[in-house]
Amino acid sequence: MRRKRELTFWERLYVPEIIRGTWLTSRHFFRNLFLHTAHRFGLLKGIPAAVTFQYPEQPRPLAPRFRSRHRLTAREEGTPRCVGCMLCETVCPARCITIVAGEHPDPNVEKYPVRFDIDLGVCVYCGYCVEVCPEDAIRMDTNILDVAAYSRDGMKLDIHELMDPALRKPLAECKLKFPHRCAIHGGGERGSWEAVYNQTGSDPAGSDPIRG
Amino acid sequence: MPTLTIDGKQVTVEPGTTVIQAAEKLGIFVPRYCYHPGLSIAGNCRICLVEVEKMPKLQIACNTPVADGMVVRTVSEKVNQGRQSVLEFLLINHPLDCPVCDQSGECDLQNFYMAYGLYDPRFREEKVKKAKAVPLGPTVMLDAERCILCSRCVRFTDEISKTGELGIFNRGDQAEIGLYPGKELDNRYSGNVVDICPVGALTDRDFRFKARVWYLSSSPSVCNGCSQGCNIDLHYVLDRPHLANGARVMRVKPRHNPEVNQWWICDEGRYGYKFIDQGRLRQVLHRGTEISWEEALGQMAAGLSGARTEGKQASVAVLASAQLTTEELYLVRKLFVDSLGVAQCSAQVPAKPGTSDDFLMKGDKNPNTAGAELLGLMGSDPARFDLIERALDGQVSALWVFGHDLVELFGEEKVKRLSEKLCQLVFVGSNGNGTSRYAHWVLPSAVYAEKDGTFVNCHGRVQRIVKAFEPLTDSRPEWEILLTLFRRLEIPVPWKGPEEIFAGLGAGIPAFAGMTYEKVGLQGVHVC
Repeated sequence: MRRKRELTFWERLYVPEIIRGTWLTSRHFFRNLFLHTAHRFGLLKGIPAAVTFQYPEQPRPLAPRFRSRHRLTAREEGTPRCVGCMLCETVCPARCITIVAGEHPDPNVEKYPVRFDIDLGVCVYCGYCVEVCPEDAIRMDTNILDVAAYSRDGMKLDIHELMDPALRKPLAECKLKFPHRCAIHGGGERGSWEAVYNQTGSDPAGSDPIRG
Repeated sequence: MPTLTIDGKQVTVEPGTTVIQAAEKLGIFVPRYCYHPGLSIAGNCRICLVEVEKMPKLQIACNTPVADGMVVRTVSEKVNQGRQSVLEFLLINHPLDCPVCDQSGECDLQNFYMAYGLYDPRFREEKVKKAKAVPLGPTVMLDAERCILCSRCVRFTDEISKTGELGIFNRGDQAEIGLYPGKELDNRYSGNVVDICPVGALTDRDFRFKARVWYLSSSPSVCNGCSQGCNIDLHYVLDRPHLANGARVMRVKPRHNPEVNQWWICDEGRYGYKFIDQGRLRQVLHRGTEISWEEALGQMAAGLSGARTEGKQASVAVLASAQLTTEELYLVRKLFVDSLGVAQCSAQVPAKPGTSDDFLMKGDKNPNTAGAELLGLMGSDPARFDLIERALDGQVSALWVFGHDLVELFGEEKVKRLSEKLCQLVFVGSNGNGTSRYAHWVLPSAVYAEKDGTFVNCHGRVQRIVKAFEPLTDSRPEWEILLTLFRRLEIPVPWKGPEEIFAGLGAGIPAFAGMTYEKVGLQGVHVC
C-alpha cells in the first residue's frame, strides 16, 4: 500500500502545481489536435495520436477470442444444434444455465432443449460452457457486451434471445417453430415439429417421431 | 475345498465356484458386462479376462471354475492389454453418443474405458447403423447401436421374469437385441432390464431425459408399495428445481438384499414414487380454512384431554394405517390405547388386495402390516370393521384417520354422512384423497422418503427407511405430530425422535427386543 505522502513546500504553494497541471493537459490537447489535423492531410502518419472511441455509436474493435454474450447455434432448419446434454449446465461454475431436455423427432439427434435459459446477472463469462459443448451449440461470439437491465429478471436470457441475438427485450413475438417452453407466452409449450419440417420441406431422417 | 491365490491373496471357496466369485469374496473387482450374480453365466463379453498361471492364454474369470492351487492375476500388463483389445472390439459399432445417452455417468463402457481404454482408436471404417430410440414396451427404450450384446436382458426375461420377450437376432455385426414377433416388453419386472444393462442400450422411458445421473443424490430406503418391502435407493435432486417440473425424486432403483428382493424390484414399486411430489397436502386446514400447526394441535389436544377427563373414550376412534412406520404405530398405540384408553384403535381396513405373484409382489399393498400386527393394531376383531357403521349410528364423535381414503373404502355417500355426523373428523395424511375432502381437520404429514423409521415386511423382517430430504412445506412426519400431542396432553414420554422411539420399542415389545437402528442396519433383521 502506498502511504499518503506529505506535500512539499513547493507543492503546498498550490499555484505552481496548478500551472504545471494545466500545462500537461494543454500539451496533450495541442499535440493531439496538431497530429489529428496532420493525419487528415496525410502527414506524420507514423506518429500515433490519442484515440477516443465514440461509444456506443462507435464500438471498439474486439479481439477474435473475446467472450461476449452467448448465443445458441442453429441447424439448417432453424432448430438449435444443442442436444440438451446439460454438460454446460454441469460445468457452469456460476450455475446460471437452466436446461430442460425434450425428445427430438430424429432419433439420431434424440434430444434437444425445450427450455434453455442463461441468467446473465449470475454469469461470470468464463466460457466453460463453450469449451465443454460437444456440439458447438453454444458460442460467445455475438460481440454484445452492453447487457443491462432494470431488474434481475431482465438479465435472464431465454431460448428466443439465445437463438436470435438481435432480439431485444421486451420480447413481443415468438418466431421459434420447434416445441419449446415459451416464456413470451407464459411458459407454456408452443410450436411443433411439423411446422419446422414443413417449412424446409425436409423430413426428420428415417423414422417416426417418438414421444416419451 | 479348493484354495487358490488371487493377486497374492489366498482364498478357500466351495468347489464349482468361478474365479470372478472367488475374487469377489476377496473384495477384488473384476470388470464385467455379461456376468451378473443373479443370472446364468454367458461368458460372451470377454472383459473379465484374467491371467491364470500355467494356462497359455488369458481366461474369462466369470466362467473359469476354481481349482486347488490355482494362481490368478487380475492385474497385469497382459490382462490390461487383453481388456483393452476387448473394449476396442466392443466399441467398433458403438455410436459414442454419450452426451445424449441417459446411461452416461453410470455406464460401464465409460468406466472401464477409463481404466483400460485405447485412447487412440484405430477404427476408420463406417459404423453399422441400427435402430435408435425404439420403445420395447411401456417402460423401456432400446438403442440397438449402443448394445454390446452381453445378453443380460435376454437372460433376465428368460430366467427371472420368465416371460421371454427378448432375444438376439441376426448374426455378426448385424446382431441386435429385439422383441420376438408379437411380443412387447410389458412384464411386471420389465424395469429391471434397464438396471442390469451395463451400457445405454436399454434406458428407462420414465427417467428419459429427466436429469443427468451425476445430478442425482441417493438415499437407501424400503419400497412402500407392498408388504414385501423390497430394498430400494431413492435417487433425487434438490438443487435443480427446473428438472421434472420441480419433482424431487427422479427414480427408484433396487438395492441388493439377498433375503428380500435380491437385485430386483417390480415395476409397480419402481414407478410408484410419484405421489412423493404430486398431490401433496401443504396446509393445515380446519374446515377448508388455513390454520397454524400450533393452534390445530392445541385444539386436537384439548378435544382428547376433554374425552379423557370426562371418561368418554368410547366416543373416540382411531383408524391408524399400515403405511405408517413401526415407530409411529407404536406412538399411536401409546397415545390412544395406553395413555388415553381409547379402545377403538386399529390399522385394519377392508381394503381390496392388489396384484400379487409368487415372486416379489404381494397383494397387501401396505409396507408395515406385520408391524401393526406385532403392535396389536391389526387384530381380526370383527367389531373393528364396523367402526364406520357405529360412527354413523352416532356412537363415535371424534374419528382420527391416518392416510386412508375412506371414500375409496366405504363409498362417497357414507363418508359424506360421516362427515356430517361426527364432531371431529381428523385426517393425518401426506396426499389429498377422498378423506381429505370431507375431513374437518387436515394435518399434512410427511411421506416415507421424508422421515426415518422402520417397516416390518410380510416375512417379519425389520427394515430401515432413511430420511432422504426434508418434508414439503408445512408437512410434518406423523411421529412429530404424535410427540407434540403427547407434550400438549402432558403425558411424559422420554423420546425425541424415531431412533429413540425405536429403542423404546426394543425395550417394550418382545418382538423387537434389543433392536436399535444400528443393529437393523441397511439390510434389516428378523423379528425375534
